Amino acid sequence: MLNNFPLWPQQASTLAAHVDALYIFLLIVTGMMAMLIFACLIYFAARYRYRPGVPAEQIEGSNALEITWSAIPFLVFMAIFAWGAVVFFKERTPPADAAEVYVVAKQWMWKVEHAEGQREINELHVPVGRDVKLIMTSQDVIHSFYIPAFRIKQDVLPGRYTVEWFRATKPGVYHLFCAEYCGTQHSGMVGDIVVQEPAQYEAWMNGGSTGPLSASGEKMFGELGCSTCHRSDAQGRGPNLQGVYGQPVQLEDGRTVTADENYLRECILDPGAKRVKGFQPVMPTFQGLVSEEQVNALVAYIKSISANKPAGGAKTSASSSPPREPDRIQAQANVKVQAPLNAQPSTSQVH
Amino acid sequence: MATPILQPVERENYLNKEYGVWSWLLTTDHKRIALLYLLSITFFFFIGGFFALLIRLELLTPAGDLVQADTYNKLFTMHGMVMVFFFLIPSIPAVLGNFLVPLMIGAKDLAFPRINLLSWYLYIIGGVMMLHCILTGGVDTGWTFYAPLATNFTNSNFTEAALAIFVVGFSSILTGLNFVVTIHRMRAPGMTWSRLPLFIWAHYATSIIQLLGTPVIAVTIVLVACERVLHLGIFDPKLGGDPILFQHLFWFYSHPAVYIMILPSMGVVTEIIACFSRKRIFGYSFVAFSSIAIAVFGFLVWAHHMFVAGISVYSALVFSFLSYAVALPSAIKVFNWTATLYKGSIHYDAPMLYAFGFLGLFTIGGLTGLFLAALGIDVHVTDTYFVVAHFHYIMVGGAVMGYLGGMHFWWPKISGRLYPEGWARLAALIVFIGFNLTFFPQFVLGYMGMPRRYFDYSHMPEFQVLNVLSTAGSTVLGVGYLLPMLYFLWSMRYGKPASDNPWNAAGLEWKTASPPPTFNFDEEPVVTWEAYNYEELDAPHKSEVPVGR
Repeated sequence: MLNNFPLWPQQASTLAAHVDALYIFLLIVTGMMAMLIFACLIYFAARYRYRPGVPAEQIEGSNALEITWSAIPFLVFMAIFAWGAVVFFKERTPPADAAEVYVVAKQWMWKVEHAEGQREINELHVPVGRDVKLIMTSQDVIHSFYIPAFRIKQDVLPGRYTVEWFRATKPGVYHLFCAEYCGTQHSGMVGDIVVQEPAQYEAWMNGGSTGPLSASGEKMFGELGCSTCHRSDAQGRGPNLQGVYGQPVQLEDGRTVTADENYLRECILDPGAKRVKGFQPVMPTFQGLVSEEQVNALVAYIKSISANKPAGGAKTSASSSPPREPDRIQAQANVKVQAPLNAQPSTSQVH
Repeated sequence: MATPILQPVERENYLNKEYGVWSWLLTTDHKRIALLYLLSITFFFFIGGFFALLIRLELLTPAGDLVQADTYNKLFTMHGMVMVFFFLIPSIPAVLGNFLVPLMIGAKDLAFPRINLLSWYLYIIGGVMMLHCILTGGVDTGWTFYAPLATNFTNSNFTEAALAIFVVGFSSILTGLNFVVTIHRMRAPGMTWSRLPLFIWAHYATSIIQLLGTPVIAVTIVLVACERVLHLGIFDPKLGGDPILFQHLFWFYSHPAVYIMILPSMGVVTEIIACFSRKRIFGYSFVAFSSIAIAVFGFLVWAHHMFVAGISVYSALVFSFLSYAVALPSAIKVFNWTATLYKGSIHYDAPMLYAFGFLGLFTIGGLTGLFLAALGIDVHVTDTYFVVAHFHYIMVGGAVMGYLGGMHFWWPKISGRLYPEGWARLAALIVFIGFNLTFFPQFVLGYMGMPRRYFDYSHMPEFQVLNVLSTAGSTVLGVGYLLPMLYFLWSMRYGKPASDNPWNAAGLEWKTASPPPTFNFDEEPVVTWEAYNYEELDAPHKSEVPVGR
């Protein structure tokens, strides 16, 4: 019903209902507070207007009242705070098996790359009912990836990844906005989120793929010479990257970090910053040598050779996919029939 | 009576003591400096307002057809910079505060009269730089000048605008310093802390923020300048910097800056409500300490501007919680003002209408703040028109309503003349209606998802109706803001002479002449009464002075 109300945004993701529920709760609660205050103001203003010979009655104050009208709003505030935090944690916790899409923002366009290799500009095609995680970075200034119909927004920063996720619930075309002011054509940095039924989505996917992102990453891994040091045995001058994604890594300076997307990215662009324990600082920086898209491909490749994470865009909606295997190496390797499966690393598990 | 009376009060006062340009430009009289500020901030208010009008006209249609994209970006940037740094922050403190703080506490002047004059000159130097910057092409970074857009990407003359803000910041620091020392050291005998008007408490809290917060924006601007000129890599990720660090530094000042704008307005409204309901303010100490609480908590909530900026979920959690904590003292104030009306004897003169307007708009602004502090909702509405509406309700609905209410309330004291009451009531009504018509639709626009700072929304023409409403409202609002300027000017020449205390109001400023003599009081006042002693003032044996008019 709310969807047809012209003064209300469309509701097209699983999160939208949660956000709207809290919003309606807040409208009611703050509406009641406002009505209470305004009713008192208007009543007092009318009832106690100046009348000759009727002086004001001086009242010093009342601690009991002060405590009451501090405590009750405080409790209400805490309820709103807690509810808001619960919704926020939902928004900020991508499901582990979400399909991954890489987004690169630049002045003034959105470049999107699916794990399967499809590229789009200012458009993002997604199927209904699948969790999608966006891994985003910017080439220049700060942008913000905002889909009102999904009630999600996340700033996109240069120099690191930020993520957001959603599960679309309704086919349709929805607005994509850049919400962080980014220069001259900020208001032109808009696009469409195209939510399709799984079958249509498959059809769209079949057109014009250049092969999975991780495959181009693997190719680059060879071409850039990464593979000469990062060998798949223990003999390399650099750490073996098999299975490294998502695992804790011991650093030379004694710290331990988790090898997430941001860590992998930083190691490529600034290898000296968080050097792995036991390795010499021999790796050159690739800052300026590889584009954001190439970094994404490399990260996607390193993730694809890690056993613990079914990364990539594999999990289609239940109707078209076979039952998912337990996570193993390359569980991501494209349950989707049309994907060029043989482009995957030799370790990949093919369905 | 064909000839207007030029000098209704024969006795010497701060206005007629000396004439000539130098008697103004070299004055150390806090009242004259207040008038210098009044002239300068009014000038900037109308510049900022002109930009706002152009912004609203552009948004009348979805296509970007009135101005170019770059021009629009400059318009909202300059609107923000001019209104925040050159109007709102100095508005009440530098005009009404400057005029009234010494008068209210029974002092001859501020503690450092020459520093007070210096602060005005710094304001003017910053203002001239800003004007030069506007006239030579303007800036397109947004008033928030986020890195790396402002540090590495903009081609506009951002460095000059940043320096202008840097300089005007020192003006603000010096005003704050002056007030803190004055309030501590120069209160008249008997004027204890618990007898201070709540206007003074509000200015004390404001001054503390000015003193502690403004240096941070100065440091930030220096870092930005270093980044722009020397490419040090403080904020630039390509050189190992962190753009989020800029946001932390920026909001560490710029969030408390909102309280620099609203606290003095709260002080004004407190005085007005007490006077026009003829009552001591309900819960004096709660209202006083809530000002201090706002000043303190206000420093702990800056990252609520950054929930989607890339900070961790746990720091977002902490800042959301603290934002609810800072909402509480504001709520306490609203409840106490409302309770003050209870069993009052309420008069509806123009200042009181502005105070009522403040209560309505500030309440809406405050309550919508609860939406933005709720993490789950903020993700959706931040950087949309919801935020634009919210902060205009606080900073324009709240702060400017208070400022105008205060200007009307103390105009007889400042000018020695009465303003035309009928026009003033009409203006208050027009401002209230125009304001709501302009900004209420923006809440709806924001929840529907219209982002801020879009000059062209042809991709989403469904937003037009609400934008047309908003633009229509802004023209009404513009008329509402022009009217007071016109009739205040008119009244300086043609207004009826004001008595010393036309409102029969409590407070030392009403116990001296209108306009006051140069050193404020003919003899040093000794305070033997509590603040807001309206019971005594209205007692039958004293009631020969008519209340109101």
